[in-house]
Amino acid sequence: MFSRIPDAIPRGKTGFLVVLFSLLLLGSILVSLSMGYMKIPLQNIPAIVLGKIMGAVHDPSSMTATHETVLVDIRLPRILTCAAVGAALAVSGVLFQGILLNPLADPYTLGVSAGAAFGASIAIVLNLSATLVSIPGFAFAGACITLFFVLFLSYSPGSPGGGLSSSNLVLSGIIVAAILSAGLSFLKFIADEQVSVIIFWLMGSFASKTWPQFLLVAGVLLWGFLVAVFYARDLNLVSMGDRSAASLGVDVKKVTLILLVTGSMLAAVCVSISGIIGFVGLLVPHMMRFLTGPDNRKLLPISMLSGAVLLLWADTITRAVLPHEIPIGVLTALIGGPVFCWIFKKSRM
Amino acid sequence: MDHIDFFHGDTQVLHNVTCRFSPGRFYAVLGPNGSGKTTLLDLICGFRTPEKGRVLLGNDPVATLARRRVAQTISLVSQSYEINFPFLVKEVVMMGRHPHIDRFSRPTHADRYAVQQAMEMTGITHLENRYITELSGGEKQRCVFARALCQDAPVLLLDEAFSSMDIHHSFHLLGLVKNAVHKDKKTVIAVLHDINLAAGFSHEMVFLKNGQIAAMGGTDAVLTQETIQTVFNMKSKVEYNAYVQAIQAYFKPE
Repeated sequence: MFSRIPDAIPRGKTGFLVVLFSLLLLGSILVSLSMGYMKIPLQNIPAIVLGKIMGAVHDPSSMTATHETVLVDIRLPRILTCAAVGAALAVSGVLFQGILLNPLADPYTLGVSAGAAFGASIAIVLNLSATLVSIPGFAFAGACITLFFVLFLSYSPGSPGGGLSSSNLVLSGIIVAAILSAGLSFLKFIADEQVSVIIFWLMGSFASKTWPQFLLVAGVLLWGFLVAVFYARDLNLVSMGDRSAASLGVDVKKVTLILLVTGSMLAAVCVSISGIIGFVGLLVPHMMRFLTGPDNRKLLPISMLSGAVLLLWADTITRAVLPHEIPIGVLTALIGGPVFCWIFKKSRM
Repeated sequence: MDHIDFFHGDTQVLHNVTCRFSPGRFYAVLGPNGSGKTTLLDLICGFRTPEKGRVLLGNDPVATLARRRVAQTISLVSQSYEINFPFLVKEVVMMGRHPHIDRFSRPTHADRYAVQQAMEMTGITHLENRYITELSGGEKQRCVFARALCQDAPVLLLDEAFSSMDIHHSFHLLGLVKNAVHKDKKTVIAVLHDINLAAGFSHEMVFLKNGQIAAMGGTDAVLTQETIQTVFNMKSKVEYNAYVQAIQAYFKPE
């Protein structure tokens, strides 16, 4: 399948790449902070943000005070949430591609996005959107129920990998997603004027994200990343196939289950916070594999950082560069889709 | 040290199969398609649990041992060698050391040496920096074989491990394995389709038919025209061949 990798790129420079991408992420955050409806000079930003942390008090009418509010209360939570979601989607993508033995799997393969969309739509149709928690809460519940139902469909205790093989999982995911998307159409049909709310929610957005939302994503990301790194070497073996992995001493059933749940939880939290954002989880691990090779111990940290950078820039473009903010899910698909086509064609020549 | 005692029918795939494998012996498992050969190996590895009966590794039931512990004792070259991800050949072979390397530890000098050795023995050293996905079927199979060799387990299971290999490499690797059986008292259990290849290398043969043991014992004693007739429903002539220095079976094209 995707076997060709340019020979010119040497492997084993993971440390260098981690530093490079970390600096890139930091730089992107700073630049992104300065951009927007209100231009804030880049050189003032560190002082303002640090000043806020140190507890500096400004005259409420001064320019600095306005800048501080814009930066700390509006832009920073949005930017950090966006970076964390990008990172989480990329990590989730790495996990799914490894488990499903397929470089083309993505975090939504198990129907997590469809479940979240259905859950969110129920909340919207029932008009629960007055309370802030309900839509993300319903989306998250929908995603989890879907995940466990898909796992239940695939699971068979008799076989070596517990039946959690690539084809079983993908098939179960597709069936469940198809049912849910029909359900979603039905909800849209009965939603009347609420239908536009559903559609906008589905397209994803980072507008008006708050600090608690960032902390939620960041916490889940940290947990997911640690679990993923802990099992990274086992995941390498799992990606060679059930029987190989088992004969090399991996408890395939346990590792697959833990990593599937981890990957789906990451995706579920992302979807419930920011709607459905496609292509990051598919494309980032795929592109980074060109840099690091398929070894998940290297691929995971690099994908996480570059996923953050990529989604941050996509969001910055819709927020600060385009005349009107367009939904982030639409933008990533519009950019990611053609890029993917290009890579796909190129890697098969 | 290693004896697998008794296991029983697994949804009609294996019926009342009892066998025992001892160190320092080379066993060939033969039988028609779907006769339960791979299932037998799966049971030995503990991938599947029998409905009745038990599989013992030494004195412990395989089912109760941790996978890592089993992998230190039993290595397997399985039928499928397709790998979707572009790992380097040397990375694939290094995976054979997985049960010996602690989580988060780096491979030691001994691990790297074992990998080098395994690649030299299987003749893939010149491929070490190639991507596994670019190799031919036989080359991939040799990589997977090298991975099992550097796993350095006392028991080696081969599930049609030579199906895509050319005759030179098949003989070379079988000779290597046979040598390890004599020298290091390894146990080798090989599922083979080529009766004559099996006859040339094995000490003992196990014939499976419809999930039951049709014949079992020393190669010279079990490999007869009658056995082949019952198991494969084929007319044959079985005789000692001085050039091969083993008994061989001959088949006439109808």
